[in-house]
Amino acid sequence: MNSTALAGLRICDLSGQLAGAGATRTLAAFGAEVIRIEDPVRKGKWDLLRGVPPFREGQRGIDAGGAFNNHNVGKQGITLNTRTERGRSLLAELVSISDVVTENFSAEVMESWGFGYERLCELRPGVIYVSNCGFGHTGPYRQFRTWGPIVQAVCGLTWSVGQADEPSAGFGFSYMDHHGANLMVFAILAALHHRRRTGEGQWIDMSTVESGAAMLGPMVLDFTVNGRPARRPGMPASNRGHHPLMAPHGIHPALGDDEWVAVVCRTDAEWATLASILGVDEPAWATVDARLAAHDALDARVSAWTRRHDKFEVQTRLLAAGIPAAAVQSPQERTDRDSSTARWGLFPEVTHSLMGAVRVDGIPLHLSATDWSMSTGAPLLGQHNHQVLAGLLGLDDDEIARLEADGVI
Amino acid sequence: MSSEASTHTGPLTGLRVIELASEHAAFAGKLLADYGAEVLLVEPIGGHHTRTFGPFAESLPEAHPDRSLWFWHYNTSKQGVQIDLDTPEGADQFRNLVGFADIVLEGETPGRLAAFGLDHGQIDSPTTVWVSVTSFGRSDPRSLDPFSDLTAIAGGGLAWSCGYDDHSLPPMAPLGNQGYQTASIWAAVGALIAIEARARTGEGQLVDVSMHAAVNVTTEQATQWWLVAEKTVQRQTGRHALHLPTESIVAIAADGREVHTGFPPRTLDELIKLVRWIDDEGLRDELPLTTLLDLAIEQGGMDLAKLYEDEFTQECFRTCRDAIVLLAEHHTADNFFLLGQRRGFAVGMILSPEETMADPHIVARGFPTPVHQPQLGHDIVHTGLPIRFTGTPGRISAAPALS
Repeated sequence: MNSTALAGLRICDLSGQLAGAGATRTLAAFGAEVIRIEDPVRKGKWDLLRGVPPFREGQRGIDAGGAFNNHNVGKQGITLNTRTERGRSLLAELVSISDVVTENFSAEVMESWGFGYERLCELRPGVIYVSNCGFGHTGPYRQFRTWGPIVQAVCGLTWSVGQADEPSAGFGFSYMDHHGANLMVFAILAALHHRRRTGEGQWIDMSTVESGAAMLGPMVLDFTVNGRPARRPGMPASNRGHHPLMAPHGIHPALGDDEWVAVVCRTDAEWATLASILGVDEPAWATVDARLAAHDALDARVSAWTRRHDKFEVQTRLLAAGIPAAAVQSPQERTDRDSSTARWGLFPEVTHSLMGAVRVDGIPLHLSATDWSMSTGAPLLGQHNHQVLAGLLGLDDDEIARLEADGVI
Repeated sequence: MSSEASTHTGPLTGLRVIELASEHAAFAGKLLADYGAEVLLVEPIGGHHTRTFGPFAESLPEAHPDRSLWFWHYNTSKQGVQIDLDTPEGADQFRNLVGFADIVLEGETPGRLAAFGLDHGQIDSPTTVWVSVTSFGRSDPRSLDPFSDLTAIAGGGLAWSCGYDDHSLPPMAPLGNQGYQTASIWAAVGALIAIEARARTGEGQLVDVSMHAAVNVTTEQATQWWLVAEKTVQRQTGRHALHLPTESIVAIAADGREVHTGFPPRTLDELIKLVRWIDDEGLRDELPLTTLLDLAIEQGGMDLAKLYEDEFTQECFRTCRDAIVLLAEHHTADNFFLLGQRRGFAVGMILSPEETMADPHIVARGFPTPVHQPQLGHDIVHTGLPIRFTGTPGRISAAPALS
């Protein structure tokens, strides 16, 4: 059954990639009507993920991209050539019947089409307009271009992943595309709450660099209050336990090739338990300060034990002893062999018109009354042109055929 | 009441939230509070243990019980009350508060509140949205196990994709409790979805948030590479994990700092701009393979869909990257970033958190936010709001003091 949580909410969705599409997929999963608009001239390829791997075996082409499917589950897809006057007038009609307009273009694009915030307000009084780009729509870098890894580099997050004596490891994926998208959902819902109270819409000028910078707060306060920069010798040492101080706190080798397990002692008592399991008799390490001072030696002792055991055995044994531990899980282990993700229904199967049945990321929330659902995959390019243009905008078949012939859709 | 002032405080003005203090859901409460919800933080008598988390305001004496910068950050804009839930008076007080709340936010281990008769469903408050943040979800027995941010990052798949080309080094977790924050962002989203549903039905409901699930759906492409193509991505230094090794993407600028060389050109226009930049700087002699790019331009560009199978495309892609690295080596990090961006390339510089706070663009947008800190008697600068609402900006005020 489809969720009714957001029933009746219509999104005119010009966004894409993950930072935008990831937001509207969540709204769709909770019952919003998301109409995603793509460019027929470039075959939707403004979205870098349209038509790029991962592909199903034997499949290729603009409709076959696995990540695009994942990020666009449950949406309707139409094409509109906004270079044409008719394309722009159809966009205006869609805006006029939508609650929310979303986009994550570079800062100047919407204005250049004649769809800046003021125009959107004229078309749909009380509209909620979310622009989501790396540096936002104001400030000296407003015209700069970004994608996830650039956002992460500039906002401090890339620096925050790595060993002390190595270059930045950074995130091996676009972490801030996820959170840019998630915060965009938060933004839309918060603005809807405000509009319900006051009747006022608004423009939300999201900058994912700011969103990312807001995720490193205590370290920033350490600098602004104490003058201690995060970039200093011995940092970032990001596998260690900084706030609060914990030791041991790290990712250790386990039995097998490139297998790893995280082990954490939050308290001196947990360390005492771990020490007895490890067979370590070091009275000098009774306090966290002493263990931090001897962290390398401590890590060596933990690793010497973990590397003799399977990562899941370490996890089971330490958890039973009251010590936080977790195997570093591979994608296959998370999706196919993890009883918790299975129990949650975290990777549901949807039906995509070309790819067939395919599993996608679900939602890490369950709502007791109006839970999410996912059943249809991403739209093929222009898949819902007829449905939207006829059903919502009242165009007849001849007009739609003419739009196709004229390259408007 | 003062509608003018309250309207402009934040979009969530009018929402009342009762938050039970926790380590892993604190960020959710902060998001709601900074954007105008009235968030009452319930701590045990004497204060929640997160008040003992560093870093600390070092100008205050070590014995000062209210100097945790961790607490000051994660609890901005909230009000505070101390209640012992395991006393009858405390339980009554909590029940009363819930009766007036639009949202309850808690991160308790399943069963703890139920033992006090204070769990969702045990308090008569049908319009309240109850948000529960646990490690594996309320009905999963694994939520009773001990956990930390690091175990969520390891088990949830984030660590799998982060680290170095040298796999004798461990997978890396990020600083800053990103597992907790990931769950918290979803908790805040879930709370507002349920508030939106309530506007339609008049009913509250339970929002069950799993941190393990939240981290699991925050891996971008790792999961899809497995589910769609049965390929397993592998961690690589400073760039996307992938099932195939890719070229390095971080370069060292002339001043020794790290820069991000960006995604190499993919359109004809970008190829032309890159060759022009190389020529403008007189670097063609240092990169003889620029001729390959000339050829690609003559052919109308590269087809990235063929990147994993066509050698010429791969060679062009690599040469583009070499060109960008060469340009980076000829400039300071700041200059490379500015010059590259002004020429239309999505390149970056790798900043530490305090460097980001000092960046001219971030400063010009007013992101660093002074907040009066009563314990110190003066303003301190916090990270600003992650979302810019132009109509209802929101406001950051100090965390509740330990009274």
